[in-house]
Amino acid sequence: MRLFVLFAALLALSACGSGQVWGWYVIDPRTAQGWTNVRFLISGMGATILLSVLAAAISMSVGLIVALPGLSDRRGWRLVNRVYVEFIRSIPLLPMLFWVFYGLPIIFRSFGLNIPIDAFWGAVITLAISDSAFTAEIYRAGIQSIARGQSEAAQTIGLNYWQTMRYVILPQALRRILPPLANQFIYIVKMSAFASVIGMQELTRRANELVVTEYRPLEIYSLLIVEYLVLVLIISFFVRWLERRMGSDERAA
Amino acid sequence: MTEPAIEMIGVDKFFGDFQVLKGIDLTVQRGEKVVICGPSGSGKSTVVRCINRLESHQAGTIRLNGETVTDSGAIRSDVGMVFQQFNLFPHLTVLENLTLGPIKALGLSRKEAEIRARKYLERVRIPEQADKKPSHLSGGQQQRVAIARSLCMEPQLMLFDEPTSALDPEMISEVLDVMTELALDGMTMVVVTHEMGFARKVADQMVFMDAGEIVESGTPAAFFDAPKSERCRLFLSQILKH
Repeated sequence: MRLFVLFAALLALSACGSGQVWGWYVIDPRTAQGWTNVRFLISGMGATILLSVLAAAISMSVGLIVALPGLSDRRGWRLVNRVYVEFIRSIPLLPMLFWVFYGLPIIFRSFGLNIPIDAFWGAVITLAISDSAFTAEIYRAGIQSIARGQSEAAQTIGLNYWQTMRYVILPQALRRILPPLANQFIYIVKMSAFASVIGMQELTRRANELVVTEYRPLEIYSLLIVEYLVLVLIISFFVRWLERRMGSDERAA
Repeated sequence: MTEPAIEMIGVDKFFGDFQVLKGIDLTVQRGEKVVICGPSGSGKSTVVRCINRLESHQAGTIRLNGETVTDSGAIRSDVGMVFQQFNLFPHLTVLENLTLGPIKALGLSRKEAEIRARKYLERVRIPEQADKKPSHLSGGQQQRVAIARSLCMEPQLMLFDEPTSALDPEMISEVLDVMTELALDGMTMVVVTHEMGFARKVADQMVFMDAGEIVESGTPAAFFDAPKSERCRLFLSQILKH
């Protein structure tokens, strides 16, 4: 439906003016040049997906590791959690990307380590770390929302901390935090566009490059937006399916 | 000569500045059934929670089978606990609720654990509910599953923290019946409850608490018919009125 509206809007645009405002030919798959352009634009899709999935996977793992000390009874552990979350989430993505890509290798070199950070891994690391502060807060809220009696009951049947988390708390918490986690994933997909500024060949970078040769920013960036829209809609459908599968039928705890 | 199952000597417990338990002395022999009653906020639940280390105490000694319990020690899986709110795991089936502890904490195989689980479900008289989720059971059934879940760990001692207080009146007796049966089988039990009929029937020792202290304790006969303290008399007259 949303797709259709956008499509209609584009059609309306194409009708206005003398064809100078909107030129279908740039991205018309029926013409040889248009098809080449479209293929070029879409060819960044794989990189965007791989980048987002990797960053999200790392972010969700790191986020959980950061969230757990935040739930401790000990003040020192909670402080570790607070410092990480407050520090990381106050750094804007773009400066962090520059820091990781241009700055981190210098630190590595000063330790005698020759670890080159290419655009792809620079982007993965930045997106993952930046996002992990938010996933950590989501986990913390989700775990705290599980009644204390659940972990007490688990302890009285002899489960240790990790077993209690693994078999009792996290399965219940995950079901509740799936929607906000999905939000974060969508956020990562969109923020992955920043990777274009350090030269990573993903969707936005491809669009930028094509604009330079074709001089048709309106058509090309419009198609770019549609590409992200399709990606995000696919994710949304997948998450809905996952929510149903994970049993949203058990409402009461 | 056997050690008492529970020995509490001069136990103090604070929540911040507030002293919830003041010098609690309580001895529970093996096989003995102790019922603790008292007004809300008197610390009776806290006593039970200190016994199995859900709460720490700040002074005094707690011994289980002669062994002093410490804060660093793990929560004891040989002490069963039944909660007011059941605390069943809602994402697991009844059978999975029962087998989780035996498999993960005792190292039983799934098959052994299931045999054990079905035995205790039989005992609490709901073998047919094994594959349901807790939310599909009535409150009384859920509490009986919770009792069975504790029994699956084959504890030496069972603690009950107001097990019938969250139940609709018509479901109370089915839970009390199961508990009475358990008592007759010789289980050592500490029960926090206001069910005085149950107390009269199964208790060996009655304990009355108020404001963090044990005000009075004794046999049910002495306790119900001739309470020594004024506070206890008042409490009994209030809860036995209806």
